[in-house]
This record gives sequence, C-alpha cells and structure tokens, in this order.
Amino acid sequence: MNKDLVVILIVLVWSAAASAKEWEVGSSQAVASISQAIEDASPFDTICVNAGSYTHTSAVIINKPLTLIACGDVSIIAAKNAGIFEVRADSVTISGFTLLNVEKSYTKDLAAIWVDYATHFTLTENTIRDCFFAIFCTKSKNGYIAENNITGNAVQEHSSANAIHLWYCDSMTVANNMVEHHRDGIYLEFTDNSTISGNMSRHNLRYGLHFMFSNDDLYEQNTFTYNGAGVAVMFSDHIAMVDNHFLENWGRASYGLLLKEIYDSKIEGNLFEKNTTGIFSEGSSRVAFTENTFEGNGWALRMRGSSMDNEVSQNNFVANSFDVATDAKKDHNTYLRNYWDNYEGYDLDKDGLGDVPHRPVNLFSYLVSRIDESIILLRSSFIEVLNFAEKVAPAVTPTNLIDEQPLMKPTYNHD
Amino acid sequence: MIKVFKYCFLDLIRSRWTIVYLLFFILTCGGLLYLSGDSAKVVVSLMNVVILLVPLISMIYGMMYMYQVRDYVEILLAQPISRKSIFGGYVLGLSAALSVSVALGILIPLAFYDAPQIMSAQWLMLTAISILLTVIFSILASWLVLANENRLKGFGLGLFIWLLLAVIYDGIFLVTLIALEGFPIERLALSLTLLNPVDMGRVLLIFQLDYSALMGYTGAVFEKFFGTLSGSLIIGGAYLLWISIPLGFLLRKARKKDF
Repeated sequence: MNKDLVVILIVLVWSAAASAKEWEVGSSQAVASISQAIEDASPFDTICVNAGSYTHTSAVIINKPLTLIACGDVSIIAAKNAGIFEVRADSVTISGFTLLNVEKSYTKDLAAIWVDYATHFTLTENTIRDCFFAIFCTKSKNGYIAENNITGNAVQEHSSANAIHLWYCDSMTVANNMVEHHRDGIYLEFTDNSTISGNMSRHNLRYGLHFMFSNDDLYEQNTFTYNGAGVAVMFSDHIAMVDNHFLENWGRASYGLLLKEIYDSKIEGNLFEKNTTGIFSEGSSRVAFTENTFEGNGWALRMRGSSMDNEVSQNNFVANSFDVATDAKKDHNTYLRNYWDNYEGYDLDKDGLGDVPHRPVNLFSYLVSRIDESIILLRSSFIEVLNFAEKVAPAVTPTNLIDEQPLMKPTYNHD
Repeated sequence: MIKVFKYCFLDLIRSRWTIVYLLFFILTCGGLLYLSGDSAKVVVSLMNVVILLVPLISMIYGMMYMYQVRDYVEILLAQPISRKSIFGGYVLGLSAALSVSVALGILIPLAFYDAPQIMSAQWLMLTAISILLTVIFSILASWLVLANENRLKGFGLGLFIWLLLAVIYDGIFLVTLIALEGFPIERLALSLTLLNPVDMGRVLLIFQLDYSALMGYTGAVFEKFFGTLSGSLIIGGAYLLWISIPLGFLLRKARKKDF
C-alpha cells in the first residue's frame, strides 16, 4: 500500500517536472513584463527574467506555484505606494533579484516580498535595498529564506520597518542572510518551530533579532553587532540560542541579549563581547546558561529578582566591569562551575575546581542595581574598600548567590 | 615673585625626592603599558593611582618642603619683598615642580610606547587632572603649614583632609544616595561630585573612557551636563574655585601672620 503511494507520488512529480515550461521575460523577448509572464504561465513553470531594470506600476502578484529566477542582473524598482512581489500561492521560488526603493508607509505594510498564506516558498540570493519591509511573511509555513542581502535606510524607529518579519508563521528557515540598517533585523512574532542560523544582523536601529510570543525556535551561529539595543527575546518558551556572537551593542539602553518572560530555554556557547549589558534577564525561568563567554562587557549578566530557577554553569567571565548584578535579597538561580577572572581562591587538590566558593555579586554592583545614581562612584577608592569588606564578611549582597565550585581555568574557546 | 618662584622651582626639581616621584610614575606607567599593552586599560589603572596618590604625595611632600624652608622664608621676610611675592612664588614653585614630575612621569613612558597617543583625549585628561590635583593639594599644604606652627598638628590635618577628600567623602556621598533612594537625585549626585576635586577628576576621566554608557539614564543626565558648554564652564569654574579659595586663605594668612 505504502509502496504504491510512493510510486504514484514519483510519477506525479516526474510528470509535473516534465510538463514544466520555461518562460523568458525581457525587453527583447516575446513577453516584456513579469506580470504578463505570470498570467501566461501554468503552475510549476519557471520564469527566467532577463537582465535589465524593470519598473512596475503596481505590485506583482504571484498566485500560482512558480519559480522566478533572475537571469543576469535584474533590478526591479517598486511602484509608488506599493510593494514589489506578493506571493499568494504555495511552492513559489524567488531568487537572484535586486529589489529597490519600496517607500515607507504609515498605513500599509509595504514589502519588497510579501508572502501571504503560502507554504513551501523559497526566497534566496536576493539583494534588497532601501525598502520599508524587505521580506514580510504572514500566516505562512515551511518557507526557506536564505542568502539574501538586505540593506535598509532606516533613520527613525517610528518611520521604519523590519528587514525580515515573520508573523504567525511556522517551520520557517532563515539562514545566512545579511540584514542591516532596518528597525529590527529579523522579527519573529507568533512564529513557532523555526530556525534562524548563520545570519549577520548589524546596524539596526532597534534589535538585531526580536522574538515575541514565538515558541520552540532555534537560533544558532548568528552574529549580532552594533544594533541599537542588541537582541530581544520576549514572552517565548523553548527557545535554543546556540553559538551566536553578540558584539559591540554599546549604548545606554543596549543589551547583548534581553530576555523577558522566557521559559525552558537554553543559551549555550554564545560569545558576548563589549556590550553594555551581556544578558539582561527579567522574569526568566528554567533557562540554562551554559558554556557562554562574557568578555569586556559593562555588566556580563544582569539578573532581575523576578528571574528564578535558571542555571548558570560552565561560563567564562572575563574582564567585565560587573560580572553578575542582581537587585534581589535572595537569589533563586544556580551558579556552578563557571570561570571568573577575578576569583581569588586556590585549588590545592588540583582538580580544576577552586576550593573556596566565589561570590560573583560585589557590593557595588548590588548598590548600582538598586540606586542608579550611585554609579557615579564607579572606581572610587572608598567603593573598593567597601567591596573588599563585603567580600570578607557578606552582609548586604545575596548570601546564597555563590559559585561553590568555580573553575580555575576558562573552559570554552570561541573562534 | 618670579625670582622666588625660580629659586624654589630649581631647588625642588634638583631634589632627590622629586626625582624619586618622577621615577615612580615612569615605572608605574611604563610597567602598566608594558604588561597590559592596551593603553585604554592603562588609563583606568593609572586613574586609580592618580586620584589616590597624587593628592597624598602633593600634600605630604608640600608640607615637608614648606616646613623645611621656614627658616629661609623668615630671612626672606626681612628683605624688602612683599609677602605675597614670597609665598606666591613658593606655592607656584612647589606646584610647578610636582606637576612637571607627574606630567613627565606619565608622558615619557607613553612617548616611548606609542607617541601619537599623547594627543588622545583620555591621556590629556589624565595628565590635566594630575596637574590640577597637584596644584590644589600643594596650595592646601602650604596653607596648612602657614596656619599651624606645630608640625604634628599640620601633618595630622593634612592627612585628614586627604583622607576626607579621597576616601571618606565618597562614603558620605554613598550614604546620602542610599538615604534618598527613590528620589530624583541626579542633580544632587552631580553637585556632590562638583564639591570634591578628587571625585570630579574621577568622573571626568570615566566619561572620557566611554564608561558613560554603563550609567544608563543617569549617565544620560550626567553626560548632557558634561558634554555641554555650560557644563564644561561649571566644571572649569569649580576647579578654579578649588584653586582660588585655598589660595586666598593662604595669602590672607601670609599677610596677617605674625612671624
């Protein structure tokens, strides 16, 4: 029975492939406009757009499963007050185009490519410049968005939009894209079971990557740098954040990674370097922070009192102004076997674990979490004396925030 | 005054202890540059040395010197030279000699290590603050010497003033901030900083070092203050007051004192 089904499927696919026709679009071809070619084509045909510059009077609506390929340098300039491609069918491929100048709009979500209620689409190797939204997917599934190069011209948050925006999507893959100068680099809203990998997101006004109400997602090996406020993961659960680099998100309201109401997630093998705050965690629970490296940040890890049952282990804390800051009297997270560069203990039995527990929160970082203004005393001699006294006999800082087995050497090496 | 200044300056600059002071800074700064290799980090470490040690050494060394030259000053007083010129010249000579030591001690190693860095804002600021602190504490030292015949009492007061400004003040500052937790106290924090030359130097340097982003909203208020022209004028004015008021006390004491 099952075998028959496979055979039928193969025959079907083969016949579909055999019947697929290729259309050429271009000024020297029979069909001069892309929308005409789409109208003429049958499902599963390929449209090859010849090199040249195309200007549209309205958005091109793709309402049947087609493959659109740019054969040569194809640039498409958006019409006034309109997007460029609107994908309204399954199994559409758009590849290799240069899409330009989608205007900003305060009433419509204009996008270079808008995918609406579609599945199994592929958007690859497009170059998108100066567009309001670059790629905007709504209620879509199983999309593959890869190797696009997206540069916006965002100046102000309220009048700009996101490079890749997924809204109510499922099982999407966003890989190896380059997104810059938009409001958010990549924005996932109500988007589940998706993978974001190998992207470079930089110079965006707000967040490099932004999650809202999105569950069971994975993002790995991305680089987020020079974004207004870093990366924000909010109101989501079961998110895996692995091997990403969060670099140089430096500014008053900047974070490497902002966690708000995140549950049952893991943050593993990431590198946080030169951020004002490496990770800011508010209301996160059951999150495993493992094998991350925090280097040269203002605050490596800021745990608000509302964060509990998190596990911080095997991380490296190197050259941060403050390693851990918390405003809680009592801490409900576990800190174990991290490497702290300012650990002053010793290891007599040479098992690689310090024999004396380490207190990562010093008095001053606790004070600063409570009273912002006291940061003006940063590096004051009096504060150094206080910190020392508190270290010897803790009275104010959370007594149970202790790494019982601090590592003597850093663990994990990021390339 | 110029003659007294010249005499005092040359006397001090040839003194063994001034050379030791210079060597100390050359070694500290050179050692840090050599060990760390990152000039921004060296500025931070040097900042801690400068804001703690420069006031202390200026104070102690200044008092030692002024007590030492007392007899000579009395001979000078018998000559037809105004008191203002004598004491003005001495204070100028003392602060100039110490300033030269500190400035050279910081800049010589830097020149050998990475000469173009000398013109960078953070190093200039570090040098300027060392010089300002030297001048302020030299004047304070001279005034204390004039005001106290008893050396022990003089040194005691000098040490106390140093401890107060360099350490205890921040404690009082912190207690004030904690007591007023929850109130909008940026302005208060700012004015408390301006009242202490040591704190002012530290904060100015921190802003040069891009730590200001750590300060969040508060930092924005502070940076707005330090960044604007009126802010700079207020800081300049505060330093000027810290120089001119003790200098005024010193000159008044010199004028009225019965030797």
